[in-house]
Amino acid sequence: MLRRTLLALAASAATLAMLPAAGLAQDEVLKIGASAPKTGPLGGGGATSHWPNIQLWVNDVNERGGIKVGDKQLKVELIEYDDKTSAEEAIKNIQRLATVDNVDFIVTPYSTGLNVATAPLIARYGYPHITTSAITDGVEEFAERWPNSFWMLGTSRELAVGAAETLTRLRDAGHIGNKVALVHVADAFGLELAGAGKPALEEAGFEIVYEASYPFGTQDVAPIISQAKAAAPDAFVGFSYPGDTFALTEQAQIQGLDVGAFYVGVGASFPAYAGRFGAAANGVLGAGGTNPDDATIQEYRARHKEVTGAEPDYWASAVTYSGLQVLEQAIEQAGTKDRAAVIEAIKTGTFDTVMGPIKFENNVNRSLWTVGQWKDGVFHGVAANGIDGAIEPVRKEGWE
Amino acid sequence: MNLTSHEIRIGLAGAAVAALAATLPLFDQGYYLSISVNIMLYAALCTAWTLFSGPTHYISLATAAFFGLGTYSVGLWINHLPYPVLVGIAALVSASLAGLVGAATLRLSGVYFVIFTLGLAELVRQLVTWAQAKFTTRMGLYVFTDMTEEHIYWMLLALTVAVFITGWAINRSRLGFAMQVIGNDETVAKHVGIDTARAKIVLFMVSGAFIGIAGAISAPRYAYIEPPSAFNPMISFLVVIMALLGGTKRLWGPLVGVVPFTIVMDIVSARFPNHTSIVIGLAFLAIVYFIPNGVTGLIEQARAKWQARQTAVGEEKAA
Repeated sequence: MLRRTLLALAASAATLAMLPAAGLAQDEVLKIGASAPKTGPLGGGGATSHWPNIQLWVNDVNERGGIKVGDKQLKVELIEYDDKTSAEEAIKNIQRLATVDNVDFIVTPYSTGLNVATAPLIARYGYPHITTSAITDGVEEFAERWPNSFWMLGTSRELAVGAAETLTRLRDAGHIGNKVALVHVADAFGLELAGAGKPALEEAGFEIVYEASYPFGTQDVAPIISQAKAAAPDAFVGFSYPGDTFALTEQAQIQGLDVGAFYVGVGASFPAYAGRFGAAANGVLGAGGTNPDDATIQEYRARHKEVTGAEPDYWASAVTYSGLQVLEQAIEQAGTKDRAAVIEAIKTGTFDTVMGPIKFENNVNRSLWTVGQWKDGVFHGVAANGIDGAIEPVRKEGWE
Repeated sequence: MNLTSHEIRIGLAGAAVAALAATLPLFDQGYYLSISVNIMLYAALCTAWTLFSGPTHYISLATAAFFGLGTYSVGLWINHLPYPVLVGIAALVSASLAGLVGAATLRLSGVYFVIFTLGLAELVRQLVTWAQAKFTTRMGLYVFTDMTEEHIYWMLLALTVAVFITGWAINRSRLGFAMQVIGNDETVAKHVGIDTARAKIVLFMVSGAFIGIAGAISAPRYAYIEPPSAFNPMISFLVVIMALLGGTKRLWGPLVGVVPFTIVMDIVSARFPNHTSIVIGLAFLAIVYFIPNGVTGLIEQARAKWQARQTAVGEEKAA
């Protein structure tokens, strides 16, 4: 009996699976495809910074009545796939979007690795590829290799140099001394940042009193903080990922690491960071930043909360949304679904986004926040390239 | 070489199937080619895995370690050496690791071996990470070649064919006979004078080398090589699941697991992008519940039933 019931269930599930995914579409729509992690190691990051912005953008566009393509106003239909954080799945998804679903445009995949793995295919089908979550020093090379690709989150170098400059400003203002403890996660991101950050710090006259790396996925960072503490630094810099960003902060708090500047990498800009550490987060420096006093950003953050039910982070979220705005406005400027024309429009145009006006120089966006600092539950940008509104960084005062 | 007419027929049929499969890129360059590449990759991996795990009943979770080493062999030297050489290096490196590991662990059996191989992939990943952090300042390696999906598809097809031929050759050899005895009863094998440890190590190395080559072939497809993707533990688990779904008693068993598994998973993830994990979990339960002996088990069961009916009918007539 049980077996028969299960069989019946399986049969109905199979029938359901065979039904066409979209209902009968009467009107012409603009089909947008998206493939990014919903599960796997990057599922969490995708759920925080990537998917909610796609959801918000589709919602916003359709509320406005759609995207103007020539003399028509087309609503957006989203086709989404989970790439399970695997390159094989990501490649297959892009192929499916391009050749089975025949989508008009494709939204960027998530993370450096998946963007690079899918870039040759996206280029072959001639879609504009506006990446908003890839951060590597290879962007200029990639932009040249794939002329249809655009890189909005900048380079590791910019991020690391921003951190070094912020420490320099704190030192020159007399807030901290010359000794820095430098740690980083041992993967592409951490190595590139440390590779650029260390010389930048040394050039600025800082002395590296402690240096260490730890493998990706390390849970116990207590020894790192205690050794760093033993070296008595004036500032702590950790080029870290979300998991270790939280762990390093927690240990610094527990062990009372007494520094005038505490910098951590990805994850510092998450709303969950302030949620976890509360007042102790005050004065923490981290990768990213926004201008929370800016009216456009405030409006964006409010809508993000309202539509998706979650707060955006203070870094990649706004960049991701801006990337979608660039696509939308480029389609309207080109006035056609023709992909080559839209790519040309992205190359030459200026776009009005939640991050302010964006223009690409050789396919790379140079207007970026690099460092932010927590102040009463808000992550203020303290260093940026080509964007106004940075505030002066302050000394970190204890962990209370 | 004495080939029976039965073997020649199977060989010809196999060659015809492979030739037919090789024409696929002529019909589609898009999605269907991509999913076929995925199917072909797992066909190669699962068959190579079955080479060792089928006869010995040792469940190895080290696939990701060999696969990652193969990928890294290409990633590290793609700018210095020609690609075919790198594929050879991948095979050698993976076989060496398999030899080392085999020497250390194949005297273990049962669950100890499973746990060890599970840890092995992670150990190799950490070693690679450490070495890269120590000696270079860049972790991600880029592999840019002119190879497209169809080239990778053909290479994987050739690899799968090579695995089959090797498997068939081993079955006919002294090693194959030794493996059958070991699989049935290791103590008996020892008593009749088979060097069981040596036989197992050799087979483990062959299997590892093929998995390493599969990794080397996949590297140009990944383009960006980093430890978490190259040594992704999911690869190890998927290989075991698909091979068991197919059945490991026959070398072609995994094939009948890989093809339906990949297609069903694809339909699931396309139709239910937000509930993939739940649906896949239910699918696993259904598989274990309905087909505990794998698809080959089902086929053999059906055949036995059919034969029994035939004989029954025959007897009735005689009576």
